[in-house]
Amino acid sequence: MRAVRGVPDAVSGVAGGSGPSACEPGRSPWWRRWAAGKRWDVLVAVGLGGAAGTGARYAVAVGMPHPAGGFPFATLLVNVVGCFLIGMLVVVIAETVASHRLVRPFLGVGVLGGFTTFSTYTVDTAELVMAERAGTALVYLASTVLAALAAVVAGVLVTRRLVRVTRRFARRGSGTKGRQR
Amino acid sequence: MTVVLMLLGGAVGANLRYLIDRRAQRWRDSPFPWGTLTVNVLGSVVLGFVAGGALYGVDAEAVRLGVGVGLCGSLTTYSTFGYETFRLATEGARALSLVNVATNVLAGLGAAAGGILLAAAIWA
Repeated sequence: MRAVRGVPDAVSGVAGGSGPSACEPGRSPWWRRWAAGKRWDVLVAVGLGGAAGTGARYAVAVGMPHPAGGFPFATLLVNVVGCFLIGMLVVVIAETVASHRLVRPFLGVGVLGGFTTFSTYTVDTAELVMAERAGTALVYLASTVLAALAAVVAGVLVTRRLVRVTRRFARRGSGTKGRQR
Repeated sequence: MTVVLMLLGGAVGANLRYLIDRRAQRWRDSPFPWGTLTVNVLGSVVLGFVAGGALYGVDAEAVRLGVGVGLCGSLTTYSTFGYETFRLATEGARALSLVNVATNVLAGLGAAAGGILLAAAIWA
């Protein structure tokens, strides 16, 4: 199953230049061996998406500041919205016949991964406990997990329904010969 | 200027998460999402350390935005964690999905507290 995985990487590593491919694997420096297995367009897509998601998260945090010891609404909102959108995204990618191979790295890994955050969630909770607001910490901890998981389910179900409705309309519009599924 | 640092941190964090996740998948051929757990715990301890430093007087805006909001915020993820939990639950591994939630939340919290305590031990 994994046998073919090395092939595309090796091809992309050689295709870039004429010089480095002449290097013997055993003698090439570690950074060249590390770089040879990388899909650079994927890393650029992930990086651009990550920067965009981070900027959007920061904008929400600046727009909805919470006082020390207060309930971190901004982070809750960001994480729940991000979870809803990843639910939508995976259905769209699964149902679309030919989605570009950089869509998931850019939108899924980059934008949504950079938009949502786990570290702010855990550190805010720990700081609430330290500020002797254990009740608030517990409510924040539980409500984020429950709302985020519900948001993933909602994103998947809503998008599946949208896809089904769109297909029905498309079928009706193109007549009987348009039936593909 | 610090905003540029933050966006740069976001780009680097997302790439680190992607590379660590890929390495984790290669390292262990198991359905449990080890990669996401790794980045969430790692980001929590580093952000805890940064937040602890800010709490005890060593507050630099460049570090808070670049490393805290940018790098740690982007290195860790809730969306992938949520989706992987959903996938485990719907693909017949309901117990494993609960284990995933519990380990991410508890290990993440422990890591965050550890980072804060480490900063306290150094600067408080």
